Formats: sequence, structure tokens, C-alpha cells
Amino acid sequence: MLYSDKVMEHFGSPHNVGVIENADGVGEVGNPVCGDIMKITIKVSDDHLDDIKFQTLGCGAAIATSSVVTDMARGMSLADAVKITKAEIAEELDGLPPAKMHCSVLAADGLRAAVDDYLMKSGREPISGGPEDVDGDVHGPAEA
Amino acid sequence: MTERRVYLDSAATTRTDPRVVAAMEPFFTETYGNPNSLHAEGRAASTALEDARGRVARLLNASRADEVLFTSGGTESDNSALIGLATAGGRTSGHIIVSAFEHHAVLESAEWLGKHGFDVTLLKPHSDGLVYAEDLEAALREDTILVSVMHGNNELGTLQPIADLAAAAHRRGALFHTDAAQTLGKVAFDVTALGVDAASFSGHKIYGPKGVGVLYLKKGLRFAPYLMGGGQEFRKRSGTQNVPGAQGFATALEIMEAERADESVRLTNLRDRLETAILGRLENTYVNGTQSPRMPHITGLIVKGVEGEAMLLHLDAKGIAVSTGSACSSGSLQASHVLLAIDCPQEIAHGSLRVSLGRWTTEADIDYLVDSLVPVVELLRAMSPVYEKMFGGQRA
Repeated sequence: MLYSDKVMEHFGSPHNVGVIENADGVGEVGNPVCGDIMKITIKVSDDHLDDIKFQTLGCGAAIATSSVVTDMARGMSLADAVKITKAEIAEELDGLPPAKMHCSVLAADGLRAAVDDYLMKSGREPISGGPEDVDGDVHGPAEA
Repeated sequence: MTERRVYLDSAATTRTDPRVVAAMEPFFTETYGNPNSLHAEGRAASTALEDARGRVARLLNASRADEVLFTSGGTESDNSALIGLATAGGRTSGHIIVSAFEHHAVLESAEWLGKHGFDVTLLKPHSDGLVYAEDLEAALREDTILVSVMHGNNELGTLQPIADLAAAAHRRGALFHTDAAQTLGKVAFDVTALGVDAASFSGHKIYGPKGVGVLYLKKGLRFAPYLMGGGQEFRKRSGTQNVPGAQGFATALEIMEAERADESVRLTNLRDRLETAILGRLENTYVNGTQSPRMPHITGLIVKGVEGEAMLLHLDAKGIAVSTGSACSSGSLQASHVLLAIDCPQEIAHGSLRVSLGRWTTEADIDYLVDSLVPVVELLRAMSPVYEKMFGGQRA
């Protein structure tokens, strides 16, 4: 199992690490038993992602996918952000080993959860349609 | 300038000692015959093979040289011991006991037997990293034919009470095999004193070559050959013997035994230096099996609130090679079966880091590891959304 250079770049120097104070939306997915937990905080203006930060407990792929999804989503409209798929995240990283694809699911789900959280807090309907997956890869809500 | 590399994964494999390489060389290009041939080249190779066998038999304290069978490695030795002993004489049923934290080479052999008519019991080790003889006694049955418990656990470093376990098996008429790939040459291993019927060893764990191992098989046992063909190795293991490998194994083991007393003290001191420094500088961290007899070269570290693979990758980038039992390193989503077998909770087992020292490990290497690991752990914990919540209140 080998990681691409892109994965190693994002893992070694992840982008957008941290927590946005007074965030408009928070998404927390994964659980300690499976070993990966991701928290995304977003700042929204005019239904666009003004700022986005993450915190992740997890393996190299979990950290790299978290980092890259924040890069991809920054500046996007909420409607576009929730359409980011695990495949697009993996592609952005020049691929992930098959056993690590669930990490890209986690990143996509974390982003969706943050967007839905913002919408619900604003009294609007969630738009993500829930977690993307399938295949027993679903990460439940964080339990910690 | 070459990048500094600090290799702290000797339990995975070792660098072949240059003295071993030198001892093997003539058997590639000079004494290259097939040891089963009748001509001079064959006879010379046969002499070299039997020389290696005799040296290994003496070092293991086997009663006869033909109790030593050369194999392709630890996995083949384990597979053939379990399957060869269980199915000997056409047997198709019976009860087998293996510990739950065996190497997969043993576990999967047991699983295979379980699918082919045998009844398999997984014996649970305790949280101290040990299999207890009293638990084995309780698990043994009238129809138990074979017990297999490893000598030293590869992730925890703990040493199992093999003599007691073998005696318990024998009292109920069962055979006893041990996978000693991890312990050979590191602690005393005497097949007669331990009373085992079969034992598996690997060349590359003792600074010998990869692709060669030994199966010790006590004389007089019924055994179904696992590799079939030309009837080599006393009809127990077919295939033209790896003469350079056998010579390399014998030389590697001789060096291990000659240096064992001093090396054991040296490695124990280095290991203690490592553990004292890490536990002193990192909160929420512990070492497995410290209350149990342990091998001198393995530290099974648990760093709470950090994922093992992330630590491994950061250390690798700093030039340090270690390993982890975290789920993410395994391809499955399960944490190490060894850690789960000793009731380490999944969320903590993900933070495992195995550091294993070797012949060329220095104090400077240990200090470099500690100085590198501390900031890596701090960085990863700071990046975690749950560290403070889960472990922040348990500073220790």
C-alpha cells in the first residue's frame, strides 16, 4: 500500500487545520472505534463557504482527505460543496489505496454535515441528503 | 549527504549480518551442487547442508540432527507444523488449541483446519500479554491433538511460559508446537528443556537471509508432508534444499548465541532508556506487558488519542522506521488482533506503535526517536477534534 506524493504533501503539511471560532456550521463524523474522527467548521456568507477548517484524528489518508476537501470546498456555494464526492476527493489526491477509500467518504460526509448544520441552525432544510455511502463505509455520528 | 535512517523495526526483519553474507557466498558460486545428487558437486553440497543442520541442531539442543528441517521461512514452518501434525496418518478430525494472539501463519492454519473437519479453540491471553497454563488446562479435552502457542509475542514482546504449556498439553496426550520466530537467539531456546514437539523459526529475524526457516520436529512423530515431491528433508519437506540459506541460518544463529548474553543486556538497557524517556515526556502513554517476562528488544507502546499510522508516517519522514498495529495500517478496519486479544479497547489500540531494537541500534538512535516522537504526538493530538475531550482529563 503506497500513498501518492499528493497524499503525503497534504498529510505532512495539511491545509486549513483548526477550528473557526463562532462557526456558522459544524460537522463531526466518524467514531473512535473505527479510529477516524473528523470535525469541520465553516463560515458562510451569501450561501458560499467563506472559510473552512478541520480537525482530524486518523491515519495519513484521513488527514490528507480532510486537508484536500477544505481546499476544494473553500469559496464554493453550499449547493456545490455538498456535491463533492469521495471519488473527486480521491482524484484530487492522485488516488487513494482501495483500503483507504473510506477516508475520502469521511471527508465528504464531514463537509455535508457542516453545511446541513448551518442550514438547520438558520431554520432551513438540509440539502446534502445525508452521508454519501453505501458499502458499509458509513461513519456514524461522533460518539466521543 | 545521505538521509539519516534509524531502523527500529527489527521484529519485522533484520539487516543480514555481513558475516552471514560472507558465510553464504561460497554456496552460490563454488559449492553449488544439488545436495541430492550422487556426484562430487552434490556430495559437497550435501556435506554443507548437513553441516548446517548439525550446527542448528546443537544450538537448539535437539537430540538428533534430523529433527531439524530446513524450510522457506517462518510461515512455511508454522503452516506445515499445524497442518502436517494435525492431518498425519490421514486424520480428518480432532481438537486443536491455539492462542488468540498467534501470528497469522498459525491462526490461518488453524482456521483452515477448522474448515476441514477439526475443532479449533482460540485460547485467550490475559491483559498482561500472557497465556496462562491453567487456562490451557481448562481448554484441553480428551480429543485435543495439538496445541500451538507462540514463544514471544511479536507486538507485545511478552514471553509465554512454554515449558508449563507444553507439559500441560502432554499430560492430556496432545502435541505442542511453538512459533519461536521472534525469540530465537534473543532469549534461550532449548527444545529439550522446553519439552516442545515442534517449533518454527525464521532466518531473517536473526540477521540471516530471508527465504529460509527451520521447523524443529521431534523424531518419531507422525507428520503429513506439506510440500510433496522429491522426498528431501527425510521425506518431510520436498524441494531442493536452499544450501546457502541453510549455511546462512546456521551462521546467523551461531552469532546470535555467541553474543546473546551481552547483547541481551545492551538491548534491555536501550529499551529501558526508550521507555523511561517516552513515558516521562508524553502523557497518556503506556507500554504493554511491562509486568511480564519480555524479550529485550520489543517495546509495545500505546499512545492514546493518536492514530498509529499517522505517527509511523511522520517518523518515517524524519528517517525513523517503526511499525504499528493500528487498523489503518492493516488494510482492514480492525485494530491489531493481538491488542484486541488482550482486551485493549479499539479506540486505544489504534494508537499502537511497536519499536523493535536490533544489533546496530545505538543510544543516539533511541534519543533521536524520542526527540522525534514527542513533537509528532503533540502535533497529532493538537490536530485531533477529540483529544482533550477523551483524554485531556486523564493527564498521567
